[in-house]
Amino acid sequence: MTATTRDQPRTTRRPFRWQRVLLYAILIASALAFLMPVYVLLITGMKSFAEVSLQSMWDLPKGVHFESYAKAWFGSEEEGFRGLNVNFMNSVYLTFPATIISAMWGSINGYILAKWKFRGSEVLFPLLLFGMFIPYQSILIPLVQTLQKINIFGIRFYGSIPGLILAHVVYGIPITTLIFRNYYANIPTELVEASRIDGANIFSIYRYVLFPLSIPGFVVVMIWQFTSIWNDFLFAATITSNPATQPVTVGLNNLAGSYIVEWNVQMAGALLTALPTLLVYIFLGRYFMRGLMAGSLKG
Amino acid sequence: MRRWNWERVVSILLISPAVVATAIFVYGFIAWTAYASLTKWNKLLPDFTFVGLSNYRTLFANQRFRIDLRNTVVFTLVFLVACLIIGFVLAFLLDQRVKGEGIFRGIYLFPMSISFIVTGVVWRWLLNPGSPQLGSTGVNLLFDKLGLGFLKTGWYTDPKIGIIAVAIAATWQMSGYTMAMFLAGLRAIPDELREAARVDGASEMQIVRRIIMPLLRPVTLSAVIVLGHISLKIYDLIVSMTGPGIGFATDVPAYYMWDTTFRGNHFARGAAIAIILLFMVAVLIVPYLTWSTRSEAEL
Repeated sequence: MTATTRDQPRTTRRPFRWQRVLLYAILIASALAFLMPVYVLLITGMKSFAEVSLQSMWDLPKGVHFESYAKAWFGSEEEGFRGLNVNFMNSVYLTFPATIISAMWGSINGYILAKWKFRGSEVLFPLLLFGMFIPYQSILIPLVQTLQKINIFGIRFYGSIPGLILAHVVYGIPITTLIFRNYYANIPTELVEASRIDGANIFSIYRYVLFPLSIPGFVVVMIWQFTSIWNDFLFAATITSNPATQPVTVGLNNLAGSYIVEWNVQMAGALLTALPTLLVYIFLGRYFMRGLMAGSLKG
Repeated sequence: MRRWNWERVVSILLISPAVVATAIFVYGFIAWTAYASLTKWNKLLPDFTFVGLSNYRTLFANQRFRIDLRNTVVFTLVFLVACLIIGFVLAFLLDQRVKGEGIFRGIYLFPMSISFIVTGVVWRWLLNPGSPQLGSTGVNLLFDKLGLGFLKTGWYTDPKIGIIAVAIAATWQMSGYTMAMFLAGLRAIPDELREAARVDGASEMQIVRRIIMPLLRPVTLSAVIVLGHISLKIYDLIVSMTGPGIGFATDVPAYYMWDTTFRGNHFARGAAIAIILLFMVAVLIVPYLTWSTRSEAEL
């Protein structure tokens, strides 16, 4: 698919004018429909507490207020709910190390599977990939049982950020390996052969030939892992039960599930939770697309 | 096959951590879950007394599980069809030399970067039907304002269509992704094919039906696989948007599994649900994995 993909729109004969009008009308109407939830999210979060009512939920706010954001972030002691600040930072401490470790690991796996094929590596590859499609429910019970037993150098893995990092790194193997393998497969093997003649070995080829060419691959993989780890809920909710160690998605779900929390605070919390991945999408959207396409295997 | 030397040994050593981790955390854990599903372990403390398929028999006789399976079918159908149609139409329109294509693409695709938890929190409010005392809220209120009051429904509070309301939110999140896949597929079709058909006097409609659609079949298959396995695994969205609902109107196997395992301590029953889920996903994924890694090897 990659070889023939055009970045330029195709050159068709220009249809009649009214068709163009209809075309743009449909595209714009769809865009508005896609943005509708964002509109509600933004205006509700900005409204003052006095202004929030169900009847006026579609109306623009009368002024810009940030009280809802403050309340969603810090919580409210008198009303008795926790803010998202601790959870948000937990997600940061979880996502960054997990993303970096799994990108490094995936890069090495991809290197071997693309440039050091061995007997059976063609069979091994789909066996590795299968792990990214399984419903994680099918490994959840043993995972919890195992994490409860692991205790390395006094670090507890059940109910802790290290446990979540471990889960995300291990279950990230298929997608990171897939993206890097496809990426390295596109780097000419002649390059590897040439450096072998110059006396390079398996390590120095990686270090001096492949790795310096890997930046785009790393960007794609890291964006993918960042987004999926930040957005994960299943592992987070299963492995961590103490609110002090829970990531932000679980925090938001608790916040929104509580009947005492107002809608504007919920919406502010939702936006805070979505913000990091939204920013990544806005600024690195091109790479995000490539990651998505890799996720569909035939990219 | 190259001969054995120290580098081949090193290459095997470098890939082996991933192989061992996958062997344990994917295949080993699945086997463990499968075994647990055949035991008596339906209380907190493990009890590995073998009971054969009795957990499965109980499940298939269980009213909740039957509703869950029905919900999965309805959800999958609505979600798949909606994503494919919206995705194809948007991609087709965007491929007509549209001004501002990048902006439209960005708007359709951004929901993909957001957590299902955020989507659930926002859509729970949007599709909140309101009550006779308070009047309409959310989308119902919008319908009222636009004079489309006849479209009002109970959304996820209506046991008959509850699961469809969840599918709408999921479609909002994933149809842009489907659009991106179709767009990549459309861009891979050479212009010459269409031109040749036009020269032969084919109408635009015929070109779409006879040339474009057949050539998009592989992309459509990929989309069906990706969307299908997402819909079988859907869990986060249910948690944050509706929970199991009244009379399990919005319950799905993945939710039931978590609920019965980690809240109800019915580990064996949870394991059985997980294995059934895995089986459904495998029916979809295994042929696809075999097909796509094989056709890749042929290239």
